[in-house]
Amino acid sequence: MSRESTSKLPNLDRRDFAWFVDKGMQVFMFIGGISAIVFIIGIFVFITKEGLPFITDTMNFGEFFTSPRWRPTSENNPTYGALALIVGTASVTGFAMVVAVPFSLGAAIFIAEFATGRTREILKVLVEMLAAIPSVVWGFIGLSIMNPLIIDTFNVPVGLNVLNAGIILGLMAAPIMTTIAEDALKAVPDTYREAAEAMGATRWQIVWRVVLPAARNGLVAAVLLGVGRGFGETMAVLMASGHSINLPGGIFDSVRALTATIAAELGETVQGSDHYRALFTLGILLFIVTFVINLTADLVVRGVRKK
Amino acid sequence: MVDVGSPASVASDVKVAVRDLTIRYGSHVALRDVTLDIRENEIFGIIGPANSGKTSFLRALNRMDTFTTEMAVDGSIEFAGHDINKIKNLYALRKRIGVVFPLPVGLPLSIYDNVALAPRLNGVRKRSELDVIVERCLQRAALWDEVKDRLKSLGSLLSGGQQQRLTIARALSQDPDLLLLDEFSIAVDPVTTMRIEDVLKELKQEVTIVLVTNLVQQARRLADRTAFFLMSECVEIAETEAYFDGRVQDPRSRDYVEGRFG
Amino acid sequence: MFAATDLNASNRRKQGLIKTLFLLMTILLIVPVLIILTVLIVKGGPVISFEFLFSDPKDEMTAGGIFPALIGTVWLVSVALLASVPLGIAAAVYLSEYAPDNWFTRTINLAIINLAGVPSIVHALFGVGAFVLFFKFGTSILAASLTLAVMTLPIVIVATRESLQAVPQAFREACWNMGATRWQTIRRIVLPNSISGILTGVILEVSRTAGETAPIMFTGAAIFLPFLPEGVGDQTMAMSLHLYAMATQVPLPEHAANLPYGVALVLIGMVLAMNAISIGFRMWLRGKKKW
Repeated sequence: MSRESTSKLPNLDRRDFAWFVDKGMQVFMFIGGISAIVFIIGIFVFITKEGLPFITDTMNFGEFFTSPRWRPTSENNPTYGALALIVGTASVTGFAMVVAVPFSLGAAIFIAEFATGRTREILKVLVEMLAAIPSVVWGFIGLSIMNPLIIDTFNVPVGLNVLNAGIILGLMAAPIMTTIAEDALKAVPDTYREAAEAMGATRWQIVWRVVLPAARNGLVAAVLLGVGRGFGETMAVLMASGHSINLPGGIFDSVRALTATIAAELGETVQGSDHYRALFTLGILLFIVTFVINLTADLVVRGVRKK
Repeated sequence: MVDVGSPASVASDVKVAVRDLTIRYGSHVALRDVTLDIRENEIFGIIGPANSGKTSFLRALNRMDTFTTEMAVDGSIEFAGHDINKIKNLYALRKRIGVVFPLPVGLPLSIYDNVALAPRLNGVRKRSELDVIVERCLQRAALWDEVKDRLKSLGSLLSGGQQQRLTIARALSQDPDLLLLDEFSIAVDPVTTMRIEDVLKELKQEVTIVLVTNLVQQARRLADRTAFFLMSECVEIAETEAYFDGRVQDPRSRDYVEGRFG
Repeated sequence: MFAATDLNASNRRKQGLIKTLFLLMTILLIVPVLIILTVLIVKGGPVISFEFLFSDPKDEMTAGGIFPALIGTVWLVSVALLASVPLGIAAAVYLSEYAPDNWFTRTINLAIINLAGVPSIVHALFGVGAFVLFFKFGTSILAASLTLAVMTLPIVIVATRESLQAVPQAFREACWNMGATRWQTIRRIVLPNSISGILTGVILEVSRTAGETAPIMFTGAAIFLPFLPEGVGDQTMAMSLHLYAMATQVPLPEHAANLPYGVALVLIGMVLAMNAISIGFRMWLRGKKKW
């Protein structure tokens, strides 16, 4: 009996077909896993490859960051001052955040803390729909709906300006901020709320004194990611901001953004020219800034988890 | 007399030889320096209070440490003469070892597919052959009569007790050499438990069974020999009856069996 | 600390006020979208006809339809999916089923977050530098689709990983205990039980890919082409770029002023329909429990 049952034991060292398939699939999955790293490095390498000669040969750092004169196509004396573009991006993004942060956080608080059941579901779906609208459609809205609206309402000559692009960008950044802020609020354990409730706190007191402080890091991350979204937005800003090189004095001035400059000019440059490489240099700047924003948001969120 | 499970004496019919087995999860030691033999065609009982390392022991026999990152195993385990740390195809090893864990797991497949999964992995394709295996295993697990008319419905939606018997049927469908049962009766009613216990006694003719149980009386009904684990150590290995007629060596073993703690 | 042990009437009114305030903020966020949709439907609706959808643009794009742009978007999205879906699912399977919890895995996760956060125009620059020039695909559907694939990869990864992780660990252990390899376990238990979640993610990716403009502007999409693409080496028109061109590049006479609204309506209709399918699918799934 014992012999017999030992003999039905197969060779445990023989690697069968399934074993090799398993190993093969593991390698394939690993390749998929590292692809994200490969692409991030690839993005940096390829835009640096095209932009680096400009940085080392032509670029004047002082001029790049302090001069508002972006005249890459000037025949005699091309200048590459990106200050106006940086200020343009900053002003539009800044205005967008002024508009979007209160509303997004307010919406997140309502959805997470006040809304229940069906209302909650419907609002979440609507916010998701808001996030789905393509940026070129937003740009078109800025151009064809907001533009005349602003001209009529405020009696200004041009409706494509910081105000227009800021509102559009705010609406675009709002869903991501709302969603992430709502997740952060939902992550606060119910026991906190129950404890405060037991002490007789009202709903608002619970939110203000207990939930918001506990979710602080997640809310900061939400705003950061919203900033990142606004900062990197291209088509909508290109179409709604007026696209004129300008240090804006107010919200009715037209501006030009870093992203929009690349989108508008890359098609007209000669590959390998200073202008072409300068646009890639703007890309490097955008890549680094968004990388830092995303990294910070991630670290902030992780700070929450550690506690 | 008292059998302390000395290694060399019965080497010829030893199924599993465990030497100096220590299991750690990170810095936590789950089991320390266990040495024992499990013989061919016996039911080997393991009793002991919760967290004494019983389940970790079973996981080590099955080399589940490869799937658990922080689980570290020292010492050696020989299965039918093979050092399981040196086996090149662990999947072939696990196919020979059936496992039933305390929490029932009905896979989200049909009842039929649950039981046919292991044979299919082994290359059985013919419907008629599968039918025979499925019916036999479900019969033995005392589940056939309840599910024979709905073999197509989801195994994961059965009741807890039924899922537990489905898990047993699945373990049997592997046609294993070694069957590891970890508190299998937790989710099963007493009548069904007795039916399964009868099946186990029959199965002893074909397979070696390791039975971890928190029910001392179940060990007494089934196990030929029993080990007593306490606080990560193996305190006693003896014929099961020895626990009840006072022949065990360590006083803690008798205290546990008599219900003084645990 | 909390003064309100007995809620008097004024306190309760205050509570109601606060709740209304937050509701108002939420509504203000959503109302613009409804207004926009209404305007698009009112102005763009009459433009859309069978002929608009299925004929070529005419008279320097001041008349005619959007057929080549529609077909082009289908091309771009399909090729992008072919590249990103297998890779994205592999990445998600690796992260959910294989990856240990260590610095390397955290780096991958960080890379995914960043990939999703890199501005679309930077993806475009990458597409030009890598696919158009370095790999010499030229400005083509292939280069544009690969750029889109890299950009939308995080969507597939995140959605897939989530639905894989929703499969209880006990199922995997039960399979491993039977001697199934990791891959057999994934193929027979994990993937079949998360396929609908993956599909939801893919639909979402389609919706996102179809609307992107910047990444395809310099890599393969053209403002006007007199012929339909015949392979991945050709350039193509695309809905998103077509809308941009109609809105900014083409001087439209009075009678054609509403044409861009029609294009925008079709584009947003496609995108929102995909999104609605994805959301509906997800809700249907939630009601259908398998364990």
